Amino acid sequence: MDTTMLFAQFQKKIDQDIKIEPQDWMPDEYRKTLIRQISQHAHSEVVGMLPEGNWITRAPSLRRKAILLAKVQDEAGHGLYLYSAAETLGITRDEMYQQLHSGKAKYSSIFNYPTISWADMGAIGWLVDGAAIMNQVPLSRCSYGPYARAMVRICKEESFHQRQGFEILLTLSKGTKAQRKICQDAINRWWWPSLMMFGPTDNDSPHTAQSMLWKIKRFTNDELRQKFVDVCAEQVKFLGMTLPDKDLKWNEERQHYDFGPINWEEFWNVVKGNGPCNKERLATRVQAWEDGAWVRDAALAYEEKKAVRQYRYDAENENTKMPVS
Amino acid sequence: MLTLIRKYFYGDYGEIENGAPPAPPSREWPLWEVFIRSKQGLDHKHVGSLHATDAAMAIENARDVYTRRMEGVSIWVVESRHIHASNPDEAEALYDPANDKIYRHPTFYQLPDELKYM
Amino acid sequence: MNAESMIPNHNAVTDTTINAMLQLADDNLIMGHRCSEWCGHGPILEQDIALTNIALDFVGQARNFYQYAATILQQMPNEKALALVDFDMVPEQITEDSLACLRDAGAFKNHLLVELPNGDWAQTMLKIFFFSAYRFYLFQLLQKNTDTQLAGIAEKSIKEVQYHLKWSSEWVIRLGDGTDESKNRILKAMDTLWPYAGELFGPAKYELECYQLESIAFETLRVNWLEKVNQIFEMATLPAQSFTQWHQSGGKQGIHTEYLGYILAEMQFLPRTFPNATW
Repeated sequence: MDTTMLFAQFQKKIDQDIKIEPQDWMPDEYRKTLIRQISQHAHSEVVGMLPEGNWITRAPSLRRKAILLAKVQDEAGHGLYLYSAAETLGITRDEMYQQLHSGKAKYSSIFNYPTISWADMGAIGWLVDGAAIMNQVPLSRCSYGPYARAMVRICKEESFHQRQGFEILLTLSKGTKAQRKICQDAINRWWWPSLMMFGPTDNDSPHTAQSMLWKIKRFTNDELRQKFVDVCAEQVKFLGMTLPDKDLKWNEERQHYDFGPINWEEFWNVVKGNGPCNKERLATRVQAWEDGAWVRDAALAYEEKKAVRQYRYDAENENTKMPVS
Repeated sequence: MLTLIRKYFYGDYGEIENGAPPAPPSREWPLWEVFIRSKQGLDHKHVGSLHATDAAMAIENARDVYTRRMEGVSIWVVESRHIHASNPDEAEALYDPANDKIYRHPTFYQLPDELKYM
Repeated sequence: MNAESMIPNHNAVTDTTINAMLQLADDNLIMGHRCSEWCGHGPILEQDIALTNIALDFVGQARNFYQYAATILQQMPNEKALALVDFDMVPEQITEDSLACLRDAGAFKNHLLVELPNGDWAQTMLKIFFFSAYRFYLFQLLQKNTDTQLAGIAEKSIKEVQYHLKWSSEWVIRLGDGTDESKNRILKAMDTLWPYAGELFGPAKYELECYQLESIAFETLRVNWLEKVNQIFEMATLPAQSFTQWHQSGGKQGIHTEYLGYILAEMQFLPRTFPNATW
């Protein structure tokens, strides 16, 4: 079959909102884009366990400890769903890890910022998970079936994450002076990096046009960012706190909030590895993986021994078996 | 003949996409597909996959990964390499012929409205 | 003569129950703490998730025991309640959290085994295996306790414990009969942990009284436990074990290893830095 025709059929399916499934023909670039995006997303979930995992042993109450544990565990689960989805495209999880550990693959830069107070658990839930949800809800309608299905599951679970985060901040905002102080401080530190989570502006986002044509992406980075700002500018009022942007104000004409310029120099620097925790986060992942090698090997070795034993047992019993009449 | 599954390497933001160094020989745990019955009376439904060294471990992992929120009452696992699938290239030959057999559907038959219980 | 002294046994029974609940809760809390340290650092994603589930179960059980103790304490005059618990910061109200966070190491009653560092995956698996096997047999006895609250918590928890026992047994077998390296590591873990196993079966007076057990019951517990351990060790191609005369102890009396202080410093720092704040 002529590939031009395959391309045309493929695009027709996409245009008709027919999902693409693993065994279907797809353009190389589509497969490559998906592998890049899904694995980057999976890595983000797994690296994202670290900044919050940092506070599990210091959670201020048993209830908070249980919630945080469950939440960080969910992130591991989300990473797993996403690696699964990427594996349907013909890449193995080990290969994806290899790319992460060698620094080839990226993950969301937000996780390269440190969590330095308990309030950060609240700010991450509210802002970081909030921004993630804003990105992810449209992805659950993405054209690639396994990715879309993974996203449906993830979105369902994420909303608990955002709510628990807001609840942490709400409690702090009604607390002592010291608690209100760490609350505002956390919002100040996480606000801008959260806005950066939507990626570069549309002008600087080379992949966007093609991804939208393929319905991997449904909204542009700037559209989603604006939506996020509009939502948060209202939500912050419930906390009696402020967002750290003097230019933030309602624009009656646009029916949106205007907001100040994003520091893209910081963004690109963190992407390139110069964020406060890039090295530490990656080193931690690499170490967990390397420290676990003997464990994974032992489990495989045991399995192989067991299989050999089973084979011998079956072979021996084959000879002694009475014929069934 | 088209190769349906090919392996690709990673490229990122504005990076020259040369791909990562080749992965070392795989000692990866086998991949398993997971099917969950969400409640008694319903079919097991495919939910995703995971890695495990054997079936028992795959079931335990599935319990921890896919039923954290009471999503299931029963789990099936099967090693992914044992799943056989129909070829999507033959989809038309396989499934289109059913299109014109509309007489298989109850709505094909015109019967008087007064006729009950049928 | 005041009214309370007219029911002489009441205080003693309460004292016993509180101590025993704190012992159970402290064991769970510290186990949960150690297991949760693995979260995000496990050898493979699936097992990271599995171990975090277990950590969650431990924390959940700790909460049940602390809450029960707190309920009993809340029902008595505050002064008396405070006298029963060795708080080193006086809480505004006695809750699961004040019990967990406002007692210092000397007031903690957990076994020394649970506070030992995680070490490698082998040591963590072996520790969970030892602890779960002990809890499995203990909770079977506690299910029959006339204190319906205690019996209820034991009944609910035993399902979780059963799974922990199965899961950790499988890992002990895999590591014992896996590679040379894994076998060496589990043997090393064995050397590290064994001196702390004996303490599980030396009951404090408050345990015997609250659990309504004779010392012989703990002796049976010890025999059952050792049998289980050796059964799994045999499958794991590991050498059979027996108890020697000497073992480390002191946890139940509040005399701990150096590790507990660090655990508590981490765990308790927020409630202690901001006394009486709500979280």
